[in-house]
Amino acid sequence: MSENHLSELAGDVVKRALQAGASDAECTISEGDEFSANVRMRELENLKEAGSRGAGLRILIGKKTGASYTSDLSNEGIDHLVKSAIELADITTEDPHAGLPEPEELGALAGDLQLYSPDVEQLETALKIETARRAEEAALSADPRISNSEGASFDTHVGRQIFANSRGFAGEYRSTYCSLSAIPVARDGDSMERDYWYTIARGFAQLESPEEVGRTAAGRALRRLHAVKVDTQKVPVVFEPRTARTLLDNLFEAVHGMSIYRHESFLAGKLGEKVASENVTVADDGTMPGLFGTSPFDDEGVPSRRTVVIERGVLKSYLLNTYAARKLGMKTTGNAARGLTGNAGIGRGNFYMEKGVQTPEEIVAGIPNGFYVTELMGFGVNIVTGDYSRGAAGLWIRNGELAFPVSEVTIAGNLKDMLLGMEAVGSDLEFRGSVAAPTLKIGEMTVGGK
Amino acid sequence: MQFSESIFAARFNIARGDLEGYLADALSQGGDYADLYFEYLLTSSIGIDESMVKSATQGVSMGVGVRVIAGGRTGYAYSDDLSPERIRKAARVAASIAAGPSTIEKFGLTDGPTHNLYPVLTAPTETAFLDRVELVKRADRAARAYDPRIFQVQAFYADSLRQVMVATSDGVLTIDRQPQARLNVAALARQDGGEPQRGQAGGGGRVALDFFLKEKTPEHFATEAAREAVVMLDAVEAPAGEMTVVLGPGWPGILLHEAVGHGLEADFNRKGVSAFTGRMGQKVASELCTVIDDGAIGSRRGSLNVDDEGRATQRNVLIEKGVLRGYLQDKLSSTLMRAEPTGSGRRESYAHIPMPRMTNTFMLAGESQPEDIIRSVPKGLYCVNFGGGQVDITSGNFVFSASESYLIEDGKLTRPVRNATLIGNGPEALKFVSMVGNDLRLDEGMGLCGKEGQSVPVGVGIPTIKIDRMTVGGTG
Repeated sequence: MSENHLSELAGDVVKRALQAGASDAECTISEGDEFSANVRMRELENLKEAGSRGAGLRILIGKKTGASYTSDLSNEGIDHLVKSAIELADITTEDPHAGLPEPEELGALAGDLQLYSPDVEQLETALKIETARRAEEAALSADPRISNSEGASFDTHVGRQIFANSRGFAGEYRSTYCSLSAIPVARDGDSMERDYWYTIARGFAQLESPEEVGRTAAGRALRRLHAVKVDTQKVPVVFEPRTARTLLDNLFEAVHGMSIYRHESFLAGKLGEKVASENVTVADDGTMPGLFGTSPFDDEGVPSRRTVVIERGVLKSYLLNTYAARKLGMKTTGNAARGLTGNAGIGRGNFYMEKGVQTPEEIVAGIPNGFYVTELMGFGVNIVTGDYSRGAAGLWIRNGELAFPVSEVTIAGNLKDMLLGMEAVGSDLEFRGSVAAPTLKIGEMTVGGK
Repeated sequence: MQFSESIFAARFNIARGDLEGYLADALSQGGDYADLYFEYLLTSSIGIDESMVKSATQGVSMGVGVRVIAGGRTGYAYSDDLSPERIRKAARVAASIAAGPSTIEKFGLTDGPTHNLYPVLTAPTETAFLDRVELVKRADRAARAYDPRIFQVQAFYADSLRQVMVATSDGVLTIDRQPQARLNVAALARQDGGEPQRGQAGGGGRVALDFFLKEKTPEHFATEAAREAVVMLDAVEAPAGEMTVVLGPGWPGILLHEAVGHGLEADFNRKGVSAFTGRMGQKVASELCTVIDDGAIGSRRGSLNVDDEGRATQRNVLIEKGVLRGYLQDKLSSTLMRAEPTGSGRRESYAHIPMPRMTNTFMLAGESQPEDIIRSVPKGLYCVNFGGGQVDITSGNFVFSASESYLIEDGKLTRPVRNATLIGNGPEALKFVSMVGNDLRLDEGMGLCGKEGQSVPVGVGIPTIKIDRMTVGGTG
């Protein structure tokens, strides 16, 4: 099928849905090509290459909804798609808040958001394999204790997203990314540890060098060797950016509009209140050129925007789609997200914490006894109550320095207290994905060990 | 089911000869092995929230994955278009990993052995939506009726019918029709405007819709979810540090999945990156522990008639009386390790390369009475329900998060405690198992296991067990 065919198809699906009895309809079509090369112990291990596409439809008949998807874009496939969605409106309930965005809310950001880089499509397979090989080689040759590896991987993705609805919206954009990661294994005596490092960018030219990725991954695995379990105690805890980012993931869940109207978040009903220390400013911004959470419009056809979520500790906004906004008597923040089908959920643009002034070294230097967390494990976060308890590994801080590796411990607290106890925010903010945070220090948490 | 009755033959006009031709294309550049995985997947879901059925979806996807193995290398390509031109193109792309003459000359396909573990005539996906929507409505009503403190209920029902066909250059052709259905309920409770607490329950399996009408009803799951939410209203801070932990029967078997299961997947051991590497025949658990992975249990969520490489599933002993006995193998690892396959090659879909995975992982029952186990603990934690878990297979450290647990004081259950993560080290943790109950129970069927970006349904099970020492990650 030609490029134009798919754009027209989305509009055509909407028309066919209206003809079949829908009062409103929205259609998503996505198309993607993926490539992956994996090198392990200096040999090519996996090579994967393929493309796929699919169409999703959501319809309303009055205030009742139905949704369907298909990977069959033939005429018969589309007929079935429309019939499937219409049929389901019979079993859903009239919901006074269901519906598409108002026409005046629809639109797309103008200008080049730098989501697509042509170099990704032009890369030779040999170069992609070589890039992975160089990253693994740098890890393996970094130190004799790096004796094994889970390999290095080079991945690319080229995608196209098309959206049309019955309120007159039609839009599409293309995007690319490529990424390089390495997972070396360090061994010394009885101790064996692995770690990883990666680089990701919209274009090949913006990736960090394979050698840097490999060496960083090796250094991270090496510094975990001979980790010990410490005694159970309450201490200050520092999250490096890679783990600090997961706290932003937790915060995103807590300001998620659907959780708010259901009172399923510890931040429900807290708008305008102080929920974090003054050091904390968090924004969601889907407009930042070239970043991974950027898009010209959200998955309901509303333009992406910047929303300040927490400003100097005060909760300013939730993240909303049209439905959650109507439930809360607010306006959408352009955060609708969905896969091919179903009602829109809520997603993030680039969701990040503004950087502070202290360097990570300065933050650690001020701590006589504490825990520097480099890895978190498990799912022990309860957004309803804020209860937080996760497995952790990292380095013990002794007299302002990273002294020795620690593993097989837990860190626990409550997100409400953790946000208020954010004593320091580092200056080292960088984006390796759509969620980012600099180094963070929390005044006190419980480390569970011996 | 016969090949000729399969959707691939009947609807897509694929003949045995075509499959043999595609395999020949896949091996045209050389290579030791090739396979084709055809998939036709129907899914549907219904969600209720605030007593309104707010979402209902259905969809269809299809595709074929072509794999070529040459030594330790794998080439993989897929197509979501089942036309001969597209399949051949995928075969050629996958073939590009190999270089040299093929070792295989003919591909005569014969039907491989299989089971009949889920003889469901009409899959839930094929029933009327009006019947299925009743499940979430009943769950909503039952959870709300359980206690006036329940103020929010969500129920979500999802089913799928996956038809698969695997053809391999070993000459094996298998076809399977895999139904799956699941009902989940989440409830929020609140007392006097205080802090809400959540409870969750769910289950299902490779079953007919009747399962939810006769065996595990919406009321069963709804009551469980509501009960957990109400219990948690009185929860106190969880303790922190090393203590005795008693796990209740059923879903707490997630311990085995994380502590030993992943570490015994053959790919990690072939590469020497698992904490269990080189420990075959060694003691890795107390002698009370025998751990099994069995993909051939009838109707279970984690069961398969044939694995996703077309091999019949089987019962595999992982740990026998504390001694490490076996790994979970797929085609690639068993070939390279010269080991017997175990029917454990699984993949999320046609777009994914198979890997060794668990199916239903459980510990055999022991002889202790569950009440005696709790009575034997002066001070500890009794955990009956869990959220997810995770493991670092290289260090062996694993976690799993308790969503419902109670303090044990002087051999009695006293207060419920708030959510806490438990952490341990795989090859060490089960050495501290000092009592195993006679009450083995499998979970209700809601497990989803993630590995290297691929999710597959799994089951777990365990009797009540006592672990003398484990670190609990509370705040108290």
